[in-house]
Amino acid sequence: MMGYSTAQIWSIIVLLAIGTFALRFSFLGLIGRRKLPDWVLRHLRYTPVAVLPGLIAPLVLFPAATEGEPDAARMLAALVTLAFGLWTRNVLWAILGGVVTLFAVLQITG
Amino acid sequence: MSPPPATPDAAPPLSGTRGFLQGLRDSLPFLLVVIPFGMVFGVVATEAGLTVTQTMGFSVGVFAGASQLAALQLMTENAPTLIVLATALAVNLRLAMYSASLAPFLGPAPAWQRALVAWLLVDQSYALAHARYEASPRMPMPARFAFYLGSVALVVPMWCVASYLGAVLGNRIPAGLPVDFAVPITFLAVIAPMLRTLAHVAAALTSVLGVLAFAALPYNLGLLVAALLAMAMGAQVELWLVRRLKDGR
Repeated sequence: MMGYSTAQIWSIIVLLAIGTFALRFSFLGLIGRRKLPDWVLRHLRYTPVAVLPGLIAPLVLFPAATEGEPDAARMLAALVTLAFGLWTRNVLWAILGGVVTLFAVLQITG
Repeated sequence: MSPPPATPDAAPPLSGTRGFLQGLRDSLPFLLVVIPFGMVFGVVATEAGLTVTQTMGFSVGVFAGASQLAALQLMTENAPTLIVLATALAVNLRLAMYSASLAPFLGPAPAWQRALVAWLLVDQSYALAHARYEASPRMPMPARFAFYLGSVALVVPMWCVASYLGAVLGNRIPAGLPVDFAVPITFLAVIAPMLRTLAHVAAALTSVLGVLAFAALPYNLGLLVAALLAMAMGAQVELWLVRRLKDGR
């Protein structure tokens, strides 16, 4: 369970809300008079695929639910989600494929 | 980031009401994503120990699902506040790119309208608005704003309602369900369709390998380092691909 005080949790929420708004308003606020240099845009393009895979890799490989032991059901579910996502290009199908796989394999391996 | 080419600007310019309705209609498919995603956030937040009010604070105030889940994940790992903020904001860096990309279209609008557009800027509203504005360059400013409002008129309330339902129902989920894996599955499902080019794939692989390589860094810094390396990798591979394409011709 988390070890934050209520005040800490609220400061995370408020600061994250302010910071996120600042990012969103940045160029709309400047009325687009300034253009981002190409090299900045080139890096920003990859932020989602640069952050999110690293965030989940340890959760897939060493799940806390199994005390960090690699788990066949979770590994397979992750692979199926990825494969469905690549194949259908559809977030919903990918989620559905992953969830069904997770439950099916957990059921079988009990 | 290139939307499918729509029909040229042959139709008469949209009025405000028609623009709004058009945006509303275009946004309908996204509800299928927004509702389950919001519920996942609500459930995971409650499981992690947030109150319903705190969960709603995230969903209404931050209103950016991926960064909310990222923040939550690091909070369950008891990461320092600064790291939680830095990582979640890194996930949201792309919103600055969206902002830059919409600014030429919405620049002349009044400041309060631009502020509202900014607050409601998400992947879905960006994609819809950018595609529409490019396809209809002569769309008058009020219609542009109306279209934007229409495209979020259902998505935003549904996101909040879904988060609330998830947070409330999260308490009643029977023990033993693998809720822990909702986050990885949701993120994998979001990432997979993004892996369109070799550069995206290279960035994603760098991110994974980097996190494993830098796992020993203190304060969960490994993820930030890996993400920076991965962004550089994506940019470099993109440059290389462009150069190779030019040489090939």
